[in-house]
Amino acid sequence: MRLIFDIALTHISGRGRQTIVAMLGVAVGVGFSIAMAALMQGGQDDFVRQLVDTMPHVQVTDEHRTARRQPAEDLFDAAAISGLRPRDDRRGIINPTAALSWIGGWIPGRFAATLKSQGVMRYSGQEVGAVVIGIDPQAEPSVSPIIGDFKAGSFAALAAGGNNVVIGDTMASRLGAKLGDTITAVSSEGLSRRFKIVGLFHTGTTARDEGETYVLQKNAQILSARPNAINEINIKLDNPNAAPTVARRIEAELGYKAVAWQEANESILEALVVRNVIMYTVVAAIMLVAGFGIFNIISTITHEKARDIAIMKSLGFTEADMRVLFVLEGVAIATAGTLLGWALGFTMVYALSLVHFEISTTGREMTRLPIAWSTLHYLIAAAFALGTAAVAGYLPARRAARANPVDIIRGAA
Amino acid sequence: MNTLIETKDLTRILREAVPVALVRDVSLSIGEREFVAVTGPSGSGKSSLLYLLGLLDRPTDGTVTIRGRDTALMDEDERAAMRLVNIGFVFQFHFLLPEFTARENVEIPMRKLRHLGRNEMRQRASDLLAALGLADHLDKRPDQLSGGQRQRVAVARALANDPPLILADEPTGSLDSQSSEQVFMILEKLVREQGKTVIAVTHDLEMASRMDRRLHLIDGRLTMGAATGDFRSTHEP
Repeated sequence: MRLIFDIALTHISGRGRQTIVAMLGVAVGVGFSIAMAALMQGGQDDFVRQLVDTMPHVQVTDEHRTARRQPAEDLFDAAAISGLRPRDDRRGIINPTAALSWIGGWIPGRFAATLKSQGVMRYSGQEVGAVVIGIDPQAEPSVSPIIGDFKAGSFAALAAGGNNVVIGDTMASRLGAKLGDTITAVSSEGLSRRFKIVGLFHTGTTARDEGETYVLQKNAQILSARPNAINEINIKLDNPNAAPTVARRIEAELGYKAVAWQEANESILEALVVRNVIMYTVVAAIMLVAGFGIFNIISTITHEKARDIAIMKSLGFTEADMRVLFVLEGVAIATAGTLLGWALGFTMVYALSLVHFEISTTGREMTRLPIAWSTLHYLIAAAFALGTAAVAGYLPARRAARANPVDIIRGAA
Repeated sequence: MNTLIETKDLTRILREAVPVALVRDVSLSIGEREFVAVTGPSGSGKSSLLYLLGLLDRPTDGTVTIRGRDTALMDEDERAAMRLVNIGFVFQFHFLLPEFTARENVEIPMRKLRHLGRNEMRQRASDLLAALGLADHLDKRPDQLSGGQRQRVAVARALANDPPLILADEPTGSLDSQSSEQVFMILEKLVREQGKTVIAVTHDLEMASRMDRRLHLIDGRLTMGAATGDFRSTHEP
């Protein structure tokens, strides 16, 4: 093998300029593939991280995936029910204390129960529709997506005494209210209650900043006339990837719909997969172009070295030796190109990581491009490059290996 | 004398629009330590016969047996292995690998066979080249050598794995008379002193007359009685 390698090296070093061009082709392909993968993976990771951070990993609601079974269906193997008008169940998670206790017994993470209801916020003649969320100020921060977005106050201020509320800054702006003002909340049950604004948050998500209000759970229960009720349990897991398993177990045990964040964002995650497929198709296309360069040089070498092939076969080299020789030449070029491409890719990724952006319209600053540093990108680019090179080298190598030495020797004599 | 190589009804037909018979029904037997000339007019099939004997080409019909082994059923890898161990080729053109030095060229068959260590291969290559008067040219590349020197390197390469059979296709065809004589003497020495069998295609009848035996081809057929009385024998089986 060392001999074949030595011969391969002399062949490609004998065509310096062409070898360098082919090598640069691979290097550019590998470099850009790495940079593109880093950027796309970084964007994807950033997006998924935001998804994971801004929503519960598992959300248990007081809904059921299918209509509830009637007791008769549970009792008998065959039961025909007609003309039945099921009684309206009181919404909410039944026996919440037991449910929360069971979840707390095994869940690998944190959780908080809430009561969510619809209402209207009023202040100085202005009305804004809102989701009134009753929370436990001690448990909520461990699962809430807005915990880092407070402009003033905090959830803890809710428990400071009196009826307090935390609202988004956009809602405050629409109502014309500010921190310390007292606004009126009217529930869908027609009950109203006055709350003092003790906290303002800005998440950047309009629906949230304009439509969510947080009050003590007890106040929410009073406002919606549902004492001791909760209708949502939000769970943050230590390992977000375990969410589907946890959701399935909760749903099986409690019977309520438990949605993992992956299920809630299935279409988005599918889009990301499609995006990855597109990205790797582009990478393959880039490497295919680089492969043409390798094919070109190996074809030229096999043509130029026809006499050497003939004489080596006469010396006792096999067709397989000849194939290995020229495939090795292609792979050697690709290897050198890949190493150069790694350096180029690293430099490009580093340069991209230094780029700063400012989005002035929203007043928010995106300090830098989302970049993913992953050795996997380097390995995938190398695999594409070496695979393409092997194929690009194999095609002319196969033809060269099959050449009849007698024809070549006769032609050369 | 032990038989080294023999053929039976060896035929090679080139399948073109009009089939051309390069070699027809050649049956012969060549023993160890024989110095054999293959002569004949241009296009008579001399080189074709040599390529068939050297397993570089496959016969259309007939068999080639080397050291008692029928090569007809061998696959390409087995034939390559047979060439590597038992046959050394010397062509009219030297066919040295231009990027390698004289010594590296001689080392190539040994490195392929891998029966010697790195230093032993290097030493053997040096010894072979020195024996052929090239001790001062070990590290020169082919383009730094004269025609005669290149051909001697090619002979050294053919001897690298110490094969019993040397096939030479007009080995002096591209050399001046002095170099031709040198190469001929080397080939003769291989037979007389090292016990090799040399089969050489040549146009040079004077040179052929100095060999042990002459095989004369006309239109691909071995002719009887073509040899002159100078030759030791002209026995075809």
